[in-house]
Amino acid sequence: MTKTRLFDRNGWIAFLGVGLILIVGVPFLNILPSDSPAHLADYLVPLFGKYACYALLALALDLVWGYAGILSLGHGAFFALGGYAMGMYLMRQIGTRGVYQNPILPDFMVFLNWKELPWYWYGFDHFAFAALMIVLVPGVLAFVFGWLAFRSRVTGVYLSIITQALTYALWLAFFRNDMGFGGNNGMTDFKDLLGMPLQSGAMHRGLYIASVIALGLGFLVCRYVVTSKLGRLLLAVRDAQSRVRFLGYNVAHAQVFVFTLSAVLAGIAGALYVPQVGIINPSEFSPANSIEIAIWVAVGGRGTLVGAAIGAVAINFAKTYLTGSVPEAWLYFLGAIFILVTLVFPKGIVGLAGEWRGVHRRPPAENLADEKVAP
Amino acid sequence: MTVEASRATVSAEFSASILYLDGVTVSFDGFKALNALSFVIDRGELRCIIGPNGAGKTTMMDVVTGKTRPDDGKVMFDDGKYDLTRLDEAAIANLGIGRKFQKPTVFENLPVFANLELARKTVRGITRTLFARLDAAARDEIDAMISRIGLSGREQVLAGALSHGQKQWLEIGMLLIQDARLLLLDEPVAGMTDRETEATAELVRSLAGDHTVVVVEHDMEFVRSLASRVTVLHDGSVLADGSIDFVQNHQDVIDVYLGR
Repeated sequence: MTKTRLFDRNGWIAFLGVGLILIVGVPFLNILPSDSPAHLADYLVPLFGKYACYALLALALDLVWGYAGILSLGHGAFFALGGYAMGMYLMRQIGTRGVYQNPILPDFMVFLNWKELPWYWYGFDHFAFAALMIVLVPGVLAFVFGWLAFRSRVTGVYLSIITQALTYALWLAFFRNDMGFGGNNGMTDFKDLLGMPLQSGAMHRGLYIASVIALGLGFLVCRYVVTSKLGRLLLAVRDAQSRVRFLGYNVAHAQVFVFTLSAVLAGIAGALYVPQVGIINPSEFSPANSIEIAIWVAVGGRGTLVGAAIGAVAINFAKTYLTGSVPEAWLYFLGAIFILVTLVFPKGIVGLAGEWRGVHRRPPAENLADEKVAP
Repeated sequence: MTVEASRATVSAEFSASILYLDGVTVSFDGFKALNALSFVIDRGELRCIIGPNGAGKTTMMDVVTGKTRPDDGKVMFDDGKYDLTRLDEAAIANLGIGRKFQKPTVFENLPVFANLELARKTVRGITRTLFARLDAAARDEIDAMISRIGLSGREQVLAGALSHGQKQWLEIGMLLIQDARLLLLDEPVAGMTDRETEATAELVRSLAGDHTVVVVEHDMEFVRSLASRVTVLHDGSVLADGSIDFVQNHQDVIDVYLGR
């Protein structure tokens, strides 16, 4: 039977169970009195929220890489653009509480001696407008970029290279003070979100919950796509692109669709990330960042969705731990784990877990060769 | 029949044809893979195209299906209604031209059922595909095709796990369920056992009439068993054309095949 439902019964139980634990459990442990042994330290809540954002970003990459064979090494750019859109809103929320107390201009513009707000900052004092831009800016960029690339049938390593070029170009552009996005320093010193102070336990918990919900919804959207007929078409495109054309499908349309959807998810992840870390600067566009996302997905297991999220959390947990205890070892660790995954367990953590449980179904190849003659 | 003669038949016959090629030339770095190739295929016809390696058989299929743009010439489909040289692969496929590749090309990581589901004639738009639901009729249609190509009970087997012959049939099944009017079969019995070859010949013969079938093949026994008109290509143009007995006794064909 062809599956059209998102999950089977056990899948739903697992999905809702994990969701409930994350949404209720973490904030609950955090609001316990701080002398309670089960109390979750305040700094951990935004950290977990950050992991949820990374997991959503990894999910977005897995959708295009694992299912459509598009290895984007520029997904950090879409994440950063969503983050910048949120950052612009947060800057406008500061109002007169900046160092220069200018009611209109953010501090960095006063510092650069700018007299008025550039036109592309208009509207960012409204959250609804900013929310729209969080979705639109990465989405439109991905649509245009994807349309040009996929229509010209750029695939494989060439596509990966031009996505690196994309994020590199944006990296350089956002470094420039003239761009009006805070240059090298980016944007920080945020005060409020939706009129409520950003630095409060309740806001941290709220942002964490919002991130987990976004991750859950993003997962359902991706799941819907990959279990649909379009999902099967994407697999076909991944494996035998030209054959799909001879079936009459427009391969470029399918690729542009999934690439744009993925960029929008990455943008939302970036927008939720920025208020939790309190800063957005051009380093988010750095080409190495985007490559790291691909490593998360590879480690977790590509083409599985769940694996991408698991990989993102696992690697970032290791990163938090190692950069704290042995900072010089981190990059060696990351390189080693990537080589290990590629050589020893190419299906990632999820593939490994599947094999151990023996659930990993192998197609019964040999016993099919019996003589059955058509028609 | 010489190239010049087949050119004359083109102008006389193309109005009733499903496919006619008129003076099609394709060069790769100066090498003429097709050299003013012209021929006509009638509606409902079963036609075999043979020729030594490098004769241009696969290039001809590439031109008809839009994979390769010819440098010169016309490829008209459906009584001359469409010039295929102006269309891309997807548009040509949607006109009703299906192609089976030399190497069986099925979607190996998808089950048999999903291969046919993707091939089944539907609106090919992205949103329609995203929200597509299989109704009972579509399911029955796919199940019927699965049994027609002898894969009953293997609906959920990954196509990559099928035997070579089964992959060939699955690909033919995909063309049929795609509702292609013109089927281009590139070496449909390559790598098949004798029994499989026989069964395939029977299937191909049964398709002619409702469909127009063009078979490119090396296997002379198979070509003979199809009992169809045969066109021999050599150096990118038509060398001879007629029944299998006629072309096999044709002096030019004998020379070409024996390398003289």
